[in-house]
Amino acid sequence: MNHFDWLSELLARYQDEHILVRRGSATQLAPAHLLEIDPEDWGRAAQVAAGYACRWAGVWAEQRDEEFVITAAVVREGDHLLLRTQVPVSAPLLTSHTPYFPGADRMERHVQDMYGLVFSDHPDARRWSRHNRWAPDSYPLRKAFALDSMPLPAAPEQDYNFIQTQGAGAYEIPVGPVHAGIIEPGHFRFQAVGETVLNLEERLGYVHKGIEKIAEGRDAPGLARLAGRVSGDSTVHHAWAACMAMERAARIMVPPRALALRAVLAERERIANHLGDIGAICNDVAFAFMWQQFARLRELWLRDNAACCGHRLLMDCIVPGGVAHDPDAAQLSHLRAAIDPLRRELATLYPILDDHPSLEDRLATTGVLSAEQARRLGCLGYVGKASGLDYDLRRDHPYAPYDRLHVHSPTFTAGDVEARMQVRMQEILDSLELLVTLLDTLPDGPVSAPWQAPAAGGEGIGLVEGWRGEIISYVRFGADGRIARYFPRDPSWLNWPALELLIHGNIVPDFPVCNKSVNGSYSGHDL
Amino acid sequence: MLRILNKIRRTGLITEDLPREPVLEQVGEQLRAGVARQFQGSLAIRQVDAGSCNACELEIHALNNGYYDIERYGVHFVASPRHADVLLVTGPVSVHMETALLRTYEATPAPKLVIAAGDCAACGGEFGCSYASRGAVSNVIPVDAVIPGCPPTPLALMQGILQALEQT
Repeated sequence: MNHFDWLSELLARYQDEHILVRRGSATQLAPAHLLEIDPEDWGRAAQVAAGYACRWAGVWAEQRDEEFVITAAVVREGDHLLLRTQVPVSAPLLTSHTPYFPGADRMERHVQDMYGLVFSDHPDARRWSRHNRWAPDSYPLRKAFALDSMPLPAAPEQDYNFIQTQGAGAYEIPVGPVHAGIIEPGHFRFQAVGETVLNLEERLGYVHKGIEKIAEGRDAPGLARLAGRVSGDSTVHHAWAACMAMERAARIMVPPRALALRAVLAERERIANHLGDIGAICNDVAFAFMWQQFARLRELWLRDNAACCGHRLLMDCIVPGGVAHDPDAAQLSHLRAAIDPLRRELATLYPILDDHPSLEDRLATTGVLSAEQARRLGCLGYVGKASGLDYDLRRDHPYAPYDRLHVHSPTFTAGDVEARMQVRMQEILDSLELLVTLLDTLPDGPVSAPWQAPAAGGEGIGLVEGWRGEIISYVRFGADGRIARYFPRDPSWLNWPALELLIHGNIVPDFPVCNKSVNGSYSGHDL
Repeated sequence: MLRILNKIRRTGLITEDLPREPVLEQVGEQLRAGVARQFQGSLAIRQVDAGSCNACELEIHALNNGYYDIERYGVHFVASPRHADVLLVTGPVSVHMETALLRTYEATPAPKLVIAAGDCAACGGEFGCSYASRGAVSNVIPVDAVIPGCPPTPLALMQGILQALEQT
């Protein structure tokens, strides 16, 4: 199968619809394909892509002088097509992709809040990333907006119009932003009758800390550090995506040993998070035995990270050009030796997870996301895979070193909490298999290439399959090797909306386990 | 059920004891003594993520796994600030979380301790101050102790909580 086999058919459809492609490039943002179109065609280009079974994967904007440059990603068969257009800052108006791709809703509202770019036919006019702390007419990602602009005085946000329910017995439960557990902040507004959830609305953005704005002006190592803190549980994958984008912009070839070590770090991150999540899902249905067992396995795994990679959560291990640390022979053999004991532990625990009656009672048929709902939202990672969406960049459009590995991607069809746990269970085993191959065939040689910044205007795209699903990172350089624009699209953007759908008709006490099974990142989404 | 009991039997006690991790046990014993002296043996912590990247939360979670099992030293995490002796705050304080943090602080009965956990909470860390971030927790509410680290390890968190007790 060749990549972009399908593109000529889409271009033919564009021609039929009189959508003019001003310029196309297969190299400028490789491996993605770039198409520049007119702003009048923006919405229709998405409409045609939606009719051609593309999924929608993100949108971001950038101010370049007196123009806004807007880029959106649509994907088919693992190939990323980037649509790009420009509108003047003086007339910031564009049609919306949301009517054709509901997953575009919040990211377009984010662009609207950050730039004042209006998506004219967007179905939801409410702000999203912007709460009540910066003035309605101030847009943080515009160049004229100063990084240290003073916020408006602190006050509770009371003017966000949540959907209301009325009728006998209907009531509302507001939850958050400060939650009852040790978790990130966000607000959930339930409409319920008795125990049954009629509607759930998420209000996120509480941990918006200006990541896109403070990225501007950083050097490459500084951006890698920041990327490693977009979402603390995905530090490896976000750092990898950002470095990949920078390396592509700078045309730097990362040595094979560094690429293999990046994959070792990435698969270790995937396993650590899945171990934690499986335990936490069990904890949310009061199966304390399994919670403690998986917490134990995760702790042992993190200690190996600290001993062999220098950091329990693997922060700052990936740097522009390679990896920060070359493990010695003893550390590598320690990592290799840890694989079989974990497999043996899982071999005794998985059968219990599979057929423990009270666990099945709580997890099976709970929080069902249908395949059609998942497809329409463009859900990623274990959320998509549990509902039959078979997307995995490591296999569909493999980046080194996955191009020489066999990646198995588990899919299930039930779309319930149990299926989302089963994807994680299988992915742990698959990642262990990948680790065996990676460690047994680790190439020799250097672990980094010297960093050399590209000329001003150099841009690149990073595409990696994070443990939550696909991450897209866009980077463009300005003068002196400084970052002009960084946008990391965490998979949570496309998985958070799924929680609002899959909770329908479930009981309020099942919300924690439904939420945990999706486990969206607040920080990665709020930026 | 037999499989579960069997696994429990074979896993045995993993909670770390003196010979295996002397530092942890020593810190733990001091912590227990401090909690006994100042809080009648029971220290209730309300954790507040005021803007963190979630890494600090992962490590705070680890305090409850079988290896650290911080509850054995009299320290437990509670769901409401009204039940708390200590607020353990992470993150640079995002501007959007400032109100919630202030209200959580006000809801915590005095006398109360505030511990800022992690580099961001201590000094702003990687995010600093901006239109969206107020930086260190002490820019928003009074802070009694800080625990550096990005993120602090579970052991560093235990040591930091102990230090906070000793300072007051």
